[in-house]
Amino acid sequence: MDNPAVYLKLFVTGFTARSQTAITNLKLLCEEEFGSDYKLEIIDVLEHPELAENEKILATPSLIRTLPPPIRRLIGDLTDKEKVLHSLDVVSGNRNSKPR
Amino acid sequence: MNNDNRQIQKVLTGIPGFDHISSGGLPEGRTTLVSGSAGSSKTIFAVQFLAEGIAKYGQPGVFITFEERVEDIRRNMRSFNWDIAGWEADGKWAFVDASPSANEMPEVVGAYDLGALMARIEHAIHKIGAKRVSMDSLGAIFNQFSDSANIRQELFRIATTLKKLKVTSVLTSERTQEYGEIARFGIEEFVADNVIILRNILEEEKRRRTLEILKFRGTFHHKGEYPFTVQNGNGIILLPLSAIELKQKSSNLRITSGSEALDRMCGGGFFRDSIILVSGATGTGKTLMATEFMAGGNNQGERCLLFAYEESREQLFRNATGWGIDFGKMEQDGLLKVICEYPEVAGLEDHLLRIKQEIDLFQPNRVAVDSLSALERVSSFRSFREFIIGLTSYIKHKEIAGLFTSTTTSLMGGSSITEGHISTITDSIVLLRYVELMGEMRRGLTVLKMRGSMHEKQIREFNIDMQGMHIGRPFRDVTGIISGRAHHLTDGEIDRLGNLFLDSVEP
Repeated sequence: MDNPAVYLKLFVTGFTARSQTAITNLKLLCEEEFGSDYKLEIIDVLEHPELAENEKILATPSLIRTLPPPIRRLIGDLTDKEKVLHSLDVVSGNRNSKPR
Repeated sequence: MNNDNRQIQKVLTGIPGFDHISSGGLPEGRTTLVSGSAGSSKTIFAVQFLAEGIAKYGQPGVFITFEERVEDIRRNMRSFNWDIAGWEADGKWAFVDASPSANEMPEVVGAYDLGALMARIEHAIHKIGAKRVSMDSLGAIFNQFSDSANIRQELFRIATTLKKLKVTSVLTSERTQEYGEIARFGIEEFVADNVIILRNILEEEKRRRTLEILKFRGTFHHKGEYPFTVQNGNGIILLPLSAIELKQKSSNLRITSGSEALDRMCGGGFFRDSIILVSGATGTGKTLMATEFMAGGNNQGERCLLFAYEESREQLFRNATGWGIDFGKMEQDGLLKVICEYPEVAGLEDHLLRIKQEIDLFQPNRVAVDSLSALERVSSFRSFREFIIGLTSYIKHKEIAGLFTSTTTSLMGGSSITEGHISTITDSIVLLRYVELMGEMRRGLTVLKMRGSMHEKQIREFNIDMQGMHIGRPFRDVTGIISGRAHHLTDGEIDRLGNLFLDSVEP
């Protein structure tokens, strides 16, 4: 996985139920849509507040898609799957499809 | 209740005047809401709370901004001599930048909270060991997120966390009316322990800034609105009248008015620490009296400070020369300072500050203000009264002699509104009046009041020439000078008046 097409960073506050929901939803979505061609980082702002500071994160859970450009930001526990896919420019149902 | 008072400690803010009306500063370890309309200086207050904390008490502070960009704050606050960037480098100041970024707003795809913001705040506080925190402004965060109820709950959590972290916090918020709700979005419902209101009121075409401590839970504070000004190089300065106490010492020493004849009329001159009011219509010689007051002091080697609001430097100096007084030389000798300004250039609060600062700088023995009426014309009733009280009490406190001129509105007598404000505060009053007699306009002078001393009761005629003021003989057999209807008595009338007071009752 040296050059994944998709690079996602998920910021959560501790491992609360809400954090779990977001992580679960995201992992599922990645498996379905990106196959193995993705990199997912999960960052706990309580452990690494300086990383949250760098990215100017206010709300959690916060998802940032760094690759492919342009950068996209989403906030929430990712339960609104339709919207998540739409925001990430993913056309659902196509495995290994690259986002446009 | 008494237990509460003793238990709630306060933190001195270092904001001039505020620590007095708050009776010790802000409640320690608590959150205080500072609510104000647009332009009411909330952000300056929030910044100054941290700046004074660092500069005066060595307490580090964290500034969380929801609206203004960090770079703008650093730059804008430089005019107050607050080197924020320098403090950041020294680990005394930390920003938490929660301002809207240039990026797109994030999409909302589920439930969220402000956990990251809270983590960043805690991180910053621990990193520099902050004792003070300012958040500016709460209303702005509602602009970044649409779920108001959720945000309100999160802000409540943050306020609670700040209390747990034992920092003293200032949270600012907006309001839309000067005398309406405390804040928008119902913020005060959850940050309501302590509330301060900043107002920027338009009154008689002038802006008047006031600060009011609406409430401090469980601890004392002064009530009501207090005017303040925002000064370059210093920031917010409050001018609380209640800080002034009637504790002036009293002096028996006499000083010259500049005119020997007038000194005699006053029973030996003015008192060292007195306030003298010189009142008269335009052209009666008030500026001359102020000029001679300066010259009289100069002859004794005193330092003299003149504030002139009606004439230019050139005019003043030329007038003085015309009366045989050399202001130029007095200035060169370092014993005179003349400050000329249009009253319109600033509000009265700023004028008062300027006067106080000049007095502190020059350390005069005597001060003259020519004229108070010029200042009265450009202010509201309330502002002017506060100005007079602030000025006279400051001068008395410094034990400086102060001479103030005021212009009566009518040429032939009557009095001015200025006198209504000041007459009870003054120690001496000198009236200058035109006297219309037998087809001529003569001039009359009298000492109306001389607190603590005998003084002449007579009205003397005076004239003005190239050597200044010459006080002559008392008017005889003339009544009605002060009321403006001078009237020369005939013999018959003199007899009648002479009989007004009988030595004994005759059967």
